[in-house]
Amino acid sequence: MVTFKFVPYYEIEGLSSAKRVNKLLKIVKEDKIVIMEGRLRKQEEADLIEITMEEISPKFKGIELSVIYPDKDKQDALQKLKGMMASTLLGDRQGLTIVGPASVVKKIENNPDKIELFTRESRAKQRVKRS
Amino acid sequence: MVSFLKSLFKKLSSNPFSKKSHIKLGLYGPPNGGKSTLANKICQDWLGEEMSTVSHIAHETREIKIKEQVNIKNKKGKELTFSLVDTPGISTKIDYEEFIRKGLKKVEAKKRAKEATKGVIDSIKWLDDMDSVVVVLDATKDPYSQVNITIIGNLQARNIPVLIAANKVDLKKAGIDTVKAAFPQYKVVGISAKYGKNIEEFYEQLFTLTS
Repeated sequence: MVTFKFVPYYEIEGLSSAKRVNKLLKIVKEDKIVIMEGRLRKQEEADLIEITMEEISPKFKGIELSVIYPDKDKQDALQKLKGMMASTLLGDRQGLTIVGPASVVKKIENNPDKIELFTRESRAKQRVKRS
Repeated sequence: MVSFLKSLFKKLSSNPFSKKSHIKLGLYGPPNGGKSTLANKICQDWLGEEMSTVSHIAHETREIKIKEQVNIKNKKGKELTFSLVDTPGISTKIDYEEFIRKGLKKVEAKKRAKEATKGVIDSIKWLDDMDSVVVVLDATKDPYSQVNITIIGNLQARNIPVLIAANKVDLKKAGIDTVKAAFPQYKVVGISAKYGKNIEEFYEQLFTLTS
């Protein structure tokens, strides 16, 4: 069985970078796959990899990480403006971040229009299509 | 915060009107993309010696390696001198059992995994010290991996010029157009570091990258 844990943006909004990263990693270390609303900052993504490396052990083999984010090149000017206004008012909650333990998630393939998540346990293929 | 302050000090300490004489050129990318093979090719071509060991087992490079004073020339006679920094491959997972499956003994595999984790951390920490970076990707693999996106995103956030080397174009599976489509805002040069294919174009692009 694979467990997904949804993390809404408001749960990480007020947290410092270190706390955001630690929150995600704590869930992943419970063998759950995190689906987070929005995305981490670029530096936080690097921090997540760095802290993951510090925690690697025979039991914890790391993470699989993927981010789906709207392709801004495909948006018209009005859509871009709406997105900017929403981000300013509500925070950058566009997109989805998926983080799973490497012991459960074999790989996540992120093509521009879809994400494919391959799990280790069942070898079953699950698809999450970008809407 | 620390990286921001380091970056700020770096910018304040440099004179923007002076020509940089000591450029640090980093080779970054995921494991087994061919960073060390490219580092060896550069050093062989211009210094007549190799820089790093290469292996089919991932994470062969587990420490930052630096070759000072690499001097290259283009067809117009223009010269470029830089310190070449070969970095350990950046990865989000390291499983010592993978190394066992590749033929290493358990003790050796665990040691390699431990050193590899430190190598990834060092690679990320060194990002702030780079002046220009060549991101070396295996052109036979999916370029949309989050590691690639994270590396390039972090370089972009630090305003570090990036050239993407789509390596292993000698292989049939190589898809340079897929790499170009994944990172349309960057110059992508297809090369075979192993066989030297298109390496002259790569050297020419280094001049543009560091100018």
